[in-house]
Amino acid sequence: MFDGYTTSELMSIFAMQGFAGLSLFSVFVLMALGLAIIFGQMGVINMAHGEFMILGAYTTYITSSLFQSYLPGWFGGYFFVAMILAFLICAALGMLIEWLMIRHLYHRPLDTLLATWGLSLIMQQAYRSIFGAREVGVELPEWMMGAIQVTDLVELPINGLLVMIIALSIAVALYFLMYRSGYGKKVRAVVQNRPMAEAVGINSSAIDRMTFALGCGIAGVAGSAFTMIGSTGPSSGQAYIVDTFLVVVFGGAQSLIGTIVSAFSISQAQSTMEFFLSGSMAKVLTLLVVVGILMLRPEGLMALKVRR
Amino acid sequence: MSTPSALKWFGSREGIYYLILALLLVVVLPMALDPFRLNLVGKYLTYAFVAIGLVMCWGKAGILSLGQGIFFGLGGYCMAMFLKLEASTPEATAIQSTPGIPDFMDWNQLTELPWFWVPFNSFAFALFAVIAVPVLLAFIIGFAMFTRRVGGVYFAIITQAVAAILTILIIGQQGYTGGVNGITDLRTLLGWDIRTDNAKMILYFVCVGLLFLCLFAAKAVQSSKLGRILVAMNAQETRVRFSGYDVAAFKIFVFCLAAAFAGIGGAMFTLIVGFMSPSFVGIVASIEMVIFCALGGRLSILGAVYGALLVNAAKSGFSESFPELWLFAMGALFIGVVMAFPNGLAGLYKDYVMPLEERLFRRTPKAQAAPAVAPDAPAQPAPAPKKPEPVADSAKADYDPMLDHYSPEKS
Repeated sequence: MFDGYTTSELMSIFAMQGFAGLSLFSVFVLMALGLAIIFGQMGVINMAHGEFMILGAYTTYITSSLFQSYLPGWFGGYFFVAMILAFLICAALGMLIEWLMIRHLYHRPLDTLLATWGLSLIMQQAYRSIFGAREVGVELPEWMMGAIQVTDLVELPINGLLVMIIALSIAVALYFLMYRSGYGKKVRAVVQNRPMAEAVGINSSAIDRMTFALGCGIAGVAGSAFTMIGSTGPSSGQAYIVDTFLVVVFGGAQSLIGTIVSAFSISQAQSTMEFFLSGSMAKVLTLLVVVGILMLRPEGLMALKVRR
Repeated sequence: MSTPSALKWFGSREGIYYLILALLLVVVLPMALDPFRLNLVGKYLTYAFVAIGLVMCWGKAGILSLGQGIFFGLGGYCMAMFLKLEASTPEATAIQSTPGIPDFMDWNQLTELPWFWVPFNSFAFALFAVIAVPVLLAFIIGFAMFTRRVGGVYFAIITQAVAAILTILIIGQQGYTGGVNGITDLRTLLGWDIRTDNAKMILYFVCVGLLFLCLFAAKAVQSSKLGRILVAMNAQETRVRFSGYDVAAFKIFVFCLAAAFAGIGGAMFTLIVGFMSPSFVGIVASIEMVIFCALGGRLSILGAVYGALLVNAAKSGFSESFPELWLFAMGALFIGVVMAFPNGLAGLYKDYVMPLEERLFRRTPKAQAAPAVAPDAPAQPAPAPKKPEPVADSAKADYDPMLDHYSPEKS
């Protein structure tokens, strides 16, 4: 597949595709971080994660139209309001779902998978009934358009850059929340030994609810960020869910760093191969390699070392 | 007892359940439905094969595969390839630039038959491949995963990824597989036109026959020692391993068995529906197959058949009249089955209908008839339980709530 390219040409191809892959990387990171805390910390498989993301995207869409009609002067800043709204709405819905459904299904991870799949079907159809089957896009404020020229070959669109910045800042914020705050300490205590955590006075069901809500909220922010780089339809969440799960599992379910590393390697592999092969074959090869590595290292790239 | 054991089985409660299903499928439905509807029922039954496999694999052994669609699809594609080659004679495809190869290959500028299509000229090979190809893939996946003790959620996610890979591959390689449209325009099977009403009727009965073969095979497995090991493995995998059993081998076996059932189902699907396309293979289709099994009851192979029939019939009925409602109903079904009745219809039957039957008919097999429940002893103050279960029975009840209560072998 590398025939007919000189080394320097190959280098610039890799650089170019590498930059192109960064936007896919931010998509993966945004989706996978929410999943990773829900799956890694609580052992719940949330198949409706994509739909929470779409909820965030629709929230952004509504906010932008509201700003356009009532606050046109403030339009440049609507995005930040929308992002906060998306987080709050998705987190609230996540809390409700946890209370109604998920809390009855702990310790039955395969059943959470089926139940949340049902939830995702219902949410999808609800979007279709409310917003219509067509994809919707938001209008970007002026300052987000355009691109930064890095070299002759590589230019970075500002909106893509912004998504990347959001992805990385959420990752950093999450790291501090999980590893440097009292709440994070409690979450990890519950994960490692639930009865003992309860015995020292941690309200484990409250922790579960908060964690689920947090994961859904991050999905909402992810959806909000996606509206900047693409349009949203009722079923666009489902398109990403398998990839994202693979990212989480590949990285090692309980490791946030692992999630980021695996998102980076998968997106880069796919984007680089896309140059040499057709898009679908690149995807097949990437998934095959990931599945192959998972067979060798079932715990993922950066698993916690625990004795089983 | 002078009656042969086979006859005795048909008189037992479990045998009666099988007879009822057989009567329904062989007599009632063909008489009640027109050929078009009957053909639809045949299509639903092909999903029942997958559901039976899932009961063995998920319900009994606790291995949830979200990729049964792959095996269904592989079986279906193997059959479709044979039928397509038979339909693409040089005379029938004379207008193509390369006569004698399937039409979609010609549209994609292929000039000769790809090597992996060539063996499918033989019917015997196609029949062999219908089972062998899914089983081979299942063996590879199972061997790689189970010997490394990958299970549960991880296994589910990886099978899902494999389903995604295969779907992308089929859609992407249009010249070899027919792409999104799939393999269409299938006409004859060994010169016999499969599109006539008469042929569809015959195919329906063939499908029912194969379904019962699979049911009996599954029953044989679940009532053998192997079946018990599977159940034990589901409950306490490490203990089974420490008892000296090779857990991985059992898991691989049951996964391959489920794949073989799904492959047969897929081949019958191709024959009954007349085409095969990637939309029956992918992730969404695979997860729907799990709900067929879950609705019927993840522990009952007969329940799986009813589950497949009911969900699909409901789907056709709903989506004809209210297409939007169907997805809501399907979503509610997923949530309801998991939250409210995890053992599905078979579990509901066992909990609500069977006690009622018991009261109405007092069907107590001779060997179990304990004096405590004899109807002519009402004065006795001793506890008169509704279900007189010997200790051995209640221990077994965990693993098959519906069927094994009255199986004759342990009386």
